[in-house]
Amino acid sequence: MHMNVHLAGTALSDRDIKEGKVLYTEWKPRAMYAWDAGTAISRFLEGLRNGIILGTECVKCRRVMLPPRIFCELCYRPTEKWVKLKDRGRVRTFCFTRVRCDASRVEEPFFPMVVELDGGKGGTGLFHVVKGMDVSEMTVGLRVKALWKPPEERIGAITDIENFIPE
Amino acid sequence: MNRVAVVGAGMTKFVRRAMETPKELAYEAVKMALDSCQLTIKDVGCVVAGSAVDCFDGVHMKGEYLSDGSGGSRKPFMRHSVGGGTGVFSCIHGWMHVASGLFDICVVVAEEKMSSCQPHPQGAFLTVYDNTIERPLGLNLLWIVAQEMHHYMKTNGYSSEDVALVSVKNKGNALNHPAAMLGAKLTVEDVVNSEIISWPVHRLDISATSDGAAAIVLASESLAYRITDKPVWIEGVGYNLDTWYWTSRDLAYPIYVEKAARMAYEMAGIKEPQKEVHIAEPYDPFNFKELQNMEALLLADRGKAVQLTADGVTSREGNMPVCPSGGLLGVGNPISAAAVMKICEIFWQLRGEAGERQVPGNPKCGLAQAWGDMMQCGTVVILRK
Repeated sequence: MHMNVHLAGTALSDRDIKEGKVLYTEWKPRAMYAWDAGTAISRFLEGLRNGIILGTECVKCRRVMLPPRIFCELCYRPTEKWVKLKDRGRVRTFCFTRVRCDASRVEEPFFPMVVELDGGKGGTGLFHVVKGMDVSEMTVGLRVKALWKPPEERIGAITDIENFIPE
Repeated sequence: MNRVAVVGAGMTKFVRRAMETPKELAYEAVKMALDSCQLTIKDVGCVVAGSAVDCFDGVHMKGEYLSDGSGGSRKPFMRHSVGGGTGVFSCIHGWMHVASGLFDICVVVAEEKMSSCQPHPQGAFLTVYDNTIERPLGLNLLWIVAQEMHHYMKTNGYSSEDVALVSVKNKGNALNHPAAMLGAKLTVEDVVNSEIISWPVHRLDISATSDGAAAIVLASESLAYRITDKPVWIEGVGYNLDTWYWTSRDLAYPIYVEKAARMAYEMAGIKEPQKEVHIAEPYDPFNFKELQNMEALLLADRGKAVQLTADGVTSREGNMPVCPSGGLLGVGNPISAAAVMKICEIFWQLRGEAGERQVPGNPKCGLAQAWGDMMQCGTVVILRK
């Protein structure tokens, strides 16, 4: 396909929109859902409300899984064992982000990360964020611990852990 | 299984925001693909359409919506989706329909219109993550992929300058692609000095949201030579999904891409991929992904993809051109359509019809690959002339 081929597809600019050169319609959906947390996550969230992080273990492949599930998806068998993990561990990987979920920019960048909590095995990783430290101090392998909300403010949600901080 | 050939290809321009509707984009790509092999919709036995996610277009049950523009009215029609892996899976899905003997001619089209979602499609993308324990943290796709990029770079000892080589190459290649929206002559310094969005991801490490469509026409062996004297055969297909739980995966090495590649190599009878694959279009929505995918596709030894790139092996004039189209980094990234664009590129390259982008050396075997779903899916197609 040469450069001189004619292709369909008409690029619009912001100006075309602002100056009303093209027509469009708009819709702002307001979709409401209430998700039942299910067997495994309900117990996990109950644990968080009590300041405990719970995973499930597959006795065949010996993985301790976070988030916990009632079945090991790799062995495809039930995970019969619940394991209490420490609320601290080492950073496996992280990024230093300046964007929110809608791509808008944040004022104070922070570190989304995967933490390997003490007591895990076989690749146990929890996704959360590290805040309150300088970019020069953050490294893979850094020891971090959970910063819990006060017990009376916990509702049984992943946000019962405000974020992680250096140990 | 019957042999299946690609006999026609077509696409629209890839643009930031298209005036055309998704149906219209699909129509234009299919029309061009059918015209390219002098077929009409009456000749077509079945139609398959790929689109990554419904939330960008804002039309739920998008397959049904797209069916008219795809040429599927009053025909056997199926939609498929494996997220970002959809485009290459589109070719596999079409291949299934013809290889099975059920149909002789199948039109395959992929379309994505990301601009409809305001102010940015990332907002709607939030709906793909774990609803109970990830979404409350307000994550962005970049939070996850940037962590994967960091883990990959750290494991292999790659720097920002190393991975930037891919952006320079692909955006440069795209200057010769008539559908491209991101073609540019850049230096490594331009890339590493561009805005840090989610370190280690810079603005120029990543593709942009786009609108567009791309299509191919597949034919059975009995009809292929009647349609064209230059059929391009689908010799191997592979697809594989890792666990959905991304924190349980090895983020440095996508084993599911290797499994998909091995499935396709076995079908194609390829024993030594680095010698037998002449050109490749691995998935490159981020520059590091091209490198990581080359390693998982066994086209580069582990930890050696940067060296191949630095040595020019993967340039358009190199021994194994990689993303001669310009890739997603250069042509653009209307998700599913971007990977069908890769199939189109291999088709044109193997037929010697790639124009200003034509690689030297009369390549006979090409590979296209995509990556997607919850960053867990590998799809691979091997084409030969």
